[in-house]
Amino acid sequence: MTVLRINGEDHDVDVPPDMPLLWVLRDVIGLTGTKFGCGIAQCGACTVHLAGKPVRSCQLPVSVIGGNEITTIEAIGGTPEGKRVQEAWLALDVVQCGYCQSGQIMSAAALLAQTPQPTDADIDAAMSGNICRCATYVRIREGIHQAASGRPLGLQVIVDGERP
Amino acid sequence: MSARDREPVDAGRRAALKLTGGGLAVAFLWSAGMGPAVATMSARRQASDAGAAAADGNPPFAPNAFIRIDSNGPVRLVMPSVEMGQAIYTGICMMLAEELGVGLDQIAVEHSPPSDELYGVVLLGGIQATGGSTSTRAQWQVLREAGAVAREMLVRAASLRWKVEPGDCTVARGVITHTPSGRTLPFGAVAEAAGKLPQPEKVTLKPRADYTLIGKPLRRVDSPDKVNGKTLFGIDIRVPGMKVAAVRTSPELAGRLGDVDERKARAIPGVVDVIRLDDAVAVVGEHYWAASQGLLALDITWQHGVNENLDNASLIRGLRAKSASGPVLVGRKATRDTPAAGTRVESEFVSPMLAHAPMEPLNATVHVTPGKCEIWTGSQVPTRCVAEAARICGIPAEGVTFHAQYLGGGFGRRLETDQVEQAVAFAKQVTYPLKVIWSREEDIRHDRVRPLYFDRIAATLGADGKPAAWHHRITSGTVLGRWAPGAMGKDGMDSDAIESAADLPYDLDNVQVEWARHDMPPGLVVGWWRGVGPTHNLFVVESFVDELAHAAGKDPLAYRQAMMKPGSRPRRVLDLAAEQIQWGTPLPPRVGRGIAVGSPFGSHVCLAMEVEVTPQGVVRLRRAVAAIDNGITINPSSVKAQIEGGVLFGLSAAMFSGITIEHGAIQQSNFHDYRILRINEAPAVEVHLVDSDEAPGGIGEVGTAIAAPALANAIFAATGIRLRELPVTRTSLVASKEAEDKVVSTGSGVEDLA
Repeated sequence: MTVLRINGEDHDVDVPPDMPLLWVLRDVIGLTGTKFGCGIAQCGACTVHLAGKPVRSCQLPVSVIGGNEITTIEAIGGTPEGKRVQEAWLALDVVQCGYCQSGQIMSAAALLAQTPQPTDADIDAAMSGNICRCATYVRIREGIHQAASGRPLGLQVIVDGERP
Repeated sequence: MSARDREPVDAGRRAALKLTGGGLAVAFLWSAGMGPAVATMSARRQASDAGAAAADGNPPFAPNAFIRIDSNGPVRLVMPSVEMGQAIYTGICMMLAEELGVGLDQIAVEHSPPSDELYGVVLLGGIQATGGSTSTRAQWQVLREAGAVAREMLVRAASLRWKVEPGDCTVARGVITHTPSGRTLPFGAVAEAAGKLPQPEKVTLKPRADYTLIGKPLRRVDSPDKVNGKTLFGIDIRVPGMKVAAVRTSPELAGRLGDVDERKARAIPGVVDVIRLDDAVAVVGEHYWAASQGLLALDITWQHGVNENLDNASLIRGLRAKSASGPVLVGRKATRDTPAAGTRVESEFVSPMLAHAPMEPLNATVHVTPGKCEIWTGSQVPTRCVAEAARICGIPAEGVTFHAQYLGGGFGRRLETDQVEQAVAFAKQVTYPLKVIWSREEDIRHDRVRPLYFDRIAATLGADGKPAAWHHRITSGTVLGRWAPGAMGKDGMDSDAIESAADLPYDLDNVQVEWARHDMPPGLVVGWWRGVGPTHNLFVVESFVDELAHAAGKDPLAYRQAMMKPGSRPRRVLDLAAEQIQWGTPLPPRVGRGIAVGSPFGSHVCLAMEVEVTPQGVVRLRRAVAAIDNGITINPSSVKAQIEGGVLFGLSAAMFSGITIEHGAIQQSNFHDYRILRINEAPAVEVHLVDSDEAPGGIGEVGTAIAAPALANAIFAATGIRLRELPVTRTSLVASKEAEDKVVSTGSGVEDLA
């Protein structure tokens, strides 16, 4: 039995030690918000936080995790950076198909935790491991700046009933 | 010229191209009236509606296939199209809600059940399909009307209860108000009564000035659950008792499965089964990790098929030979037979095969039981999935239950059913529900690729520098001929192959456009890829127009403007993009601007690009400025998002992508060798919308279709090097031997790699 601490809860899992965290999350525990995209740490869709740092869970064997806290997309809204990123993502309609966005948001939240006011170069460095096939990069960049500054940037989408 | 070449051009074809654009769409317009009537959506109740509503909780008010109103709770809207990122769910909700009189914060969306009768798209031959940038175009009238039908019935029910004139009632945010008395009733309170009323034969739609939703940048309805991991894509489905399969299909296209030694695989903990098809083997596990480890442990012998010696060079040789020998079909006939006098410019272009690589790898979950088959997947063609499953299981279609899911990208890949068919064929061999996931390697090696194209194009410039004669011959396989053979022209023409080549945005009359069909070998299946025919044709045509401008000694923008009517829709987007990128202002050395314009998918688009090419041949995308006239805009945020993403999708392909074949197998396999544009390589993209009262055009593929020529023209402006083959290769753009040596000596030859 391996004990994994995920989103503040302990999970006992009976899995091979070399099994990547991605498949433990998705197929054993049932947290399907973390996505499979490439299996070789090239696309970032599987990004989770391990002790607050972004890691590619498709290449992370459960045996190396130990007692480190794992945070997934399902709980990132509970952190201040994660919440701000999610809100900016909604205010700018960053999402298209949405499949990569779990990983994008996890990478963006980790960036803001480390670098509260990132430059474009910081964004390039932190986010270039996350592929978006819909290519929502223009709004991902804008969303990170908005989450960092707290100020509305670019085209703000509105909820029906609001004034634009 | 052969007798066949002299056949008159199908006037209906030209008219249809002008009317709609849209490679996938237009073909069906030509064939309209030639075959039996096709199924289509209706604003009113149809025969199949009762069953669909009953299966959907039997709401008291279900006036058509799109609206369900219960006594309590949100208004439920059923989505005729599928959501794969293009924001169509939001657009559909806005069209329905505008006339119905509810806010987007008062509705819940539902995936539709599979039904050509209820959700068929005339533009796509009556199939319930999402593709060809047709959704908004196909639904603009019917969905607003569907909303209005529902609204009138609800108002009628309220007015009968109050014994007042319906004309004295207004509707807003799900509430009916009798204006003189101030009385109100929510929709839910009159739903049951409204459900018993006859349906209005005629309804009045709002004039554009009265819109409260359409035209506003409203939030996507699907975003909230996509930012917290709650949205279920097909791959996320978990069914009780389900096992997971990893698959390998013969790497050699159309090769067969030989012997499989499964002993080592079976010894891996969690491996449950090893199952076979003629051309593939799957290992089933308790989870995907066990299955994929089991697959690696198999000792597989493959049997060669017809493609053992197939490679890319032989495919291109075949296309060249067919281009030279014909036969050709004429898509647009030149107005003059005599050769024009003047400067002749000739070019050849090669456009590569492309993989779709949607972020969600292909997958389907299937449970086959006696007489029944249940499927969970995200598909652009749900009814085709049902038909194929029924065929494979040998059961009637009624025995197939299809659970539609969100798509983690489509781009045309999910207009195919091959992966679902394979999953059904595997699941038929087991008793438990089976989720079949293709690895990224399987996804790329067994994509149904964008066709390989070879183009010869020539023009003779008159004294004014404009083409006095234009001759374009396209040679390729056909997607349409396989996907919808009934939609091919009477003469065998593939309308998609010539779209945006036969219908140029320029005032040129002496234009000959031909297509030579050259089918690919069995197993090398070509498919719809975002932007389809126009993505290829606009690259060739707009690169060539640039060549002509330079041959004529003209500025590429001025040259185009001189061939377009001032004030025309394509001219307006051309002028707008040029103005916004400040065309003509000075640039540093090795920085250039390029421009391209076209009218694909019923819209008009221009892209102006600014790029830098380093002496080492590395292309840096500095800026992209798009102008689009897509008719009436439903949601400006969605339109801009589609152009932003679409342009970058097209630039990604032009910069990095090409599927190549060796020994009959696709050589690329994952994102390390099938590169996708990353955020650090993406330019800023500005999108400028032209306000328009015209009917909506398509937007999903427009940005992609215009990207490559703008890039190639900008690279030419920066370097003087004309790219007639994609993708861009660094070595073709190196400034000098010294620059190349510098790359080698510093060891940074992979500067353009992420």
